Amino acid sequence: MAENQSKLSTKHLLGIKDLSTEDIQLILETADNFKDVLQRPIKKVPSLRDITIANIFFENSTRTKLSFELAEKRLSADTISFAASSSSVSKGETLIDTVNNILAMKVDMVVMRHPHAGAGVFLSKHVNAQIVNAGDGAHEHPTQALLDAFSIREKYGDVRGKKVAIIGDILHSRVALSNILCLQKLGAEVMVCGPTTLIPKYMGSLGVKIEHNLMKALNWCDVANMLRIQLERQDIKYFPSLREYSMMYGLNKQILDSLDKEITIMHPGPINRGVEITSDVADSKQSIILDQVENGVAVRMAVLYLLANSKD
Amino acid sequence: METLTLLDGQKFQITIQRLCHQLIENHNTFSDTVLIGIQPRGIYLADRIHQELKHLQPQSELQAGNLDITFFRDDFRTNKDLPAASATAIDFIIEDKNVILVDDVLWTGRTIRAALDALLAFGRPRKVELVVLVDRRFSRQLPIEPNYIGIEVDSVDSQKVVVSWKETDQQDRVTLLLDK
Repeated sequence: MAENQSKLSTKHLLGIKDLSTEDIQLILETADNFKDVLQRPIKKVPSLRDITIANIFFENSTRTKLSFELAEKRLSADTISFAASSSSVSKGETLIDTVNNILAMKVDMVVMRHPHAGAGVFLSKHVNAQIVNAGDGAHEHPTQALLDAFSIREKYGDVRGKKVAIIGDILHSRVALSNILCLQKLGAEVMVCGPTTLIPKYMGSLGVKIEHNLMKALNWCDVANMLRIQLERQDIKYFPSLREYSMMYGLNKQILDSLDKEITIMHPGPINRGVEITSDVADSKQSIILDQVENGVAVRMAVLYLLANSKD
Repeated sequence: METLTLLDGQKFQITIQRLCHQLIENHNTFSDTVLIGIQPRGIYLADRIHQELKHLQPQSELQAGNLDITFFRDDFRTNKDLPAASATAIDFIIEDKNVILVDDVLWTGRTIRAALDALLAFGRPRKVELVVLVDRRFSRQLPIEPNYIGIEVDSVDSQKVVVSWKETDQQDRVTLLLDK
């Protein structure tokens, strides 16, 4: 009797970089089952009833934080949540001290978002808990990439062979890097598109196509993942004005209708309506933005469930 | 590894037919009864029973589904090699129905405990019964007993009972692996 692989090769989820293709497949397959659980009248399973999870957010978040909290509750885990703005971090406490104090209260897993790249990796080396990266600076956002892959797979049946264009502020985006790594591991072709100033130099070495013309990118792709311009991370001017950006890289209904095929529109949120995407596109039939949010809970349940089982 | 065949060939088919006749005795036309196979290995027996019952009673409207219990196990994080989750497919309500749970081998009883938990998400059944092809007697860790039994086997913990199915393993057979 051949058993499928049922364990992840890693103890933490720090980035897509550390996951094997088998790990990603296992997460997506497990998420299928959780999505099914979420359709039932009783949307809860007792799997993590002996686990306590701390959600530590050093940066603002709506979707990711709520999605993780809901996923944890659906798995029957005990949760504590913490926002840096209302904590002793503002009194000068270090990251390790903050987390160790939380762990002293017997916490098994830490879900963390932090403005600095590598914060999750750093933490995993210094504290005794399983770390789930919920976004670290402009580095990685692994659960977003997994739920994006899950949503593409749900829409098309498979990710392999699909053409995905990631359009917008690639330079400041952790979603872009995680998505590129995840989609490539699943066999998709990836293109990044944006103004030259917002596409980092290292992109070429990742094996992705680079395009600066929105129309060419849209004509090439099956799926367009529109990213937000992260003004809060931009210390200098990367383009003359938002209006000009919007005219050159903003997606509107007119452009969408002029394409000779029907492409799927994704967005990791939060949307800046009228900048990277207009309302009629965001709310159109081709958009799967709200499916992404719905799938986020199932995918995060799968991640937490599998990680809890991979602890040695 | 030494193996001992406990059941195969025509006797295997007769055993399944006997289970079906016993079910008909108690459930008549199955108007208020549903059949639920436990993933991953109970679904084959559930499917066979379903086919046989349809053959014996073409007019009955028995509903059948599969239940995955992975997320309800009590040995989560203690057992190193848990099977991956399988699909649950129950597209009917079990509220006030007679539920017949089906699994291939009953050993410690813990799978059935998890299944009873998992069932709660689909309503409150009037009654739950259990059909197993193999009952490994005297090895229960919980107060759970089957209502319908294919064969009874006396075995020790180091042994393993394997049920093979035509659908996946070429032939219908129950074997006892004597040494692990």
